[in-house]
Amino acid sequence: MSRQSNRAGDPRKVNGELFTLTYGALVAQLMKDYENDEQVNKQLDRMGYNMGVRIIEDFLARANTGRCHDFREAADVIAKVAFKMYLGLTPVVSNWSAAGDEFSLLLESNPLTEFVELPPGHANLNYSAILCGVLRGALEMVQMDVDVKFVQDTLKGDNVTEIRLKFIKRLEDAVPVGED
Amino acid sequence: MADEVIFEFLHMEMVAHTHREASKEEKDQCISKLEALGFRVGQSLIERFTKDCSRFKDELDTMKFLCKEFWNVVYKKQIDNLRTNHQGVYVLQDNKFKFLVQMSTGKQYMESAPKYLAFPCGMIRGALSNLGVNCIVTAEVSAMPACKFQIQIQRT
Repeated sequence: MSRQSNRAGDPRKVNGELFTLTYGALVAQLMKDYENDEQVNKQLDRMGYNMGVRIIEDFLARANTGRCHDFREAADVIAKVAFKMYLGLTPVVSNWSAAGDEFSLLLESNPLTEFVELPPGHANLNYSAILCGVLRGALEMVQMDVDVKFVQDTLKGDNVTEIRLKFIKRLEDAVPVGED
Repeated sequence: MADEVIFEFLHMEMVAHTHREASKEEKDQCISKLEALGFRVGQSLIERFTKDCSRFKDELDTMKFLCKEFWNVVYKKQIDNLRTNHQGVYVLQDNKFKFLVQMSTGKQYMESAPKYLAFPCGMIRGALSNLGVNCIVTAEVSAMPACKFQIQIQRT
């Protein structure tokens, strides 16, 4: 068979397997390095946060979405533009709280968990915790303090993966310590 | 299909995390840790990439696959130059290596280049090891963002 098949495709997209396997290797390494699942969750979240802080710049530069006026609008942009652009999928926005400050992103498939099975005894591990960190970090850079957590995860036997976002407060620009 | 910036940021964060968490005594292990991560990824990737391929004729054929197909999928380009002494040493030159293009081209960050090359080296070693070639892979940067990977085949 020909080896010259063109697998490159879209120049801005990286091979999905490469991404999934790299993330998998990382989580496996963290599991080795830390004693408990909570610690691993924390580290993944932190790494995600650092990525989110950078991703938002790339996003604002490329997406041309303009300013969001409320949390609902932001939710739509996250699901329909950001997720589409970076992971190639569009989660469903649902389960709004009455006050409109909380919603869920429902993911039918999750590219991070494509080849993954959780071994028994890791009920507390949030395998995709990095996503929470990314969302938190990115939103913080646009003045939104948001709490992000997993509610359901297909890896743990749920039908759908659900990420819950709760708006806490609007961040005001603060003057750095020691400056007037 | 993920966007390439996500992968780049993930790699940056892996490097940063490994170095952040290591204590002073463990600093020298960071490189080998990242290399081991790469090894694992390379191993599993090559299995998936070669599942529809015919058998490689010889070692050089394997290397060509690595330089063209493997590089193309992972870094969106081919290796710019492949050289060999026909005695088990191969030098792969990439004139615009993806993980280095974001860095300043001067000498300033030359010291930090190895951090970002451990994972790619591991990937090459992992891929080749799963194709039955045992080797040692090292990387060398003389001018950013060009990079040379040296593959030394172990025959024993």
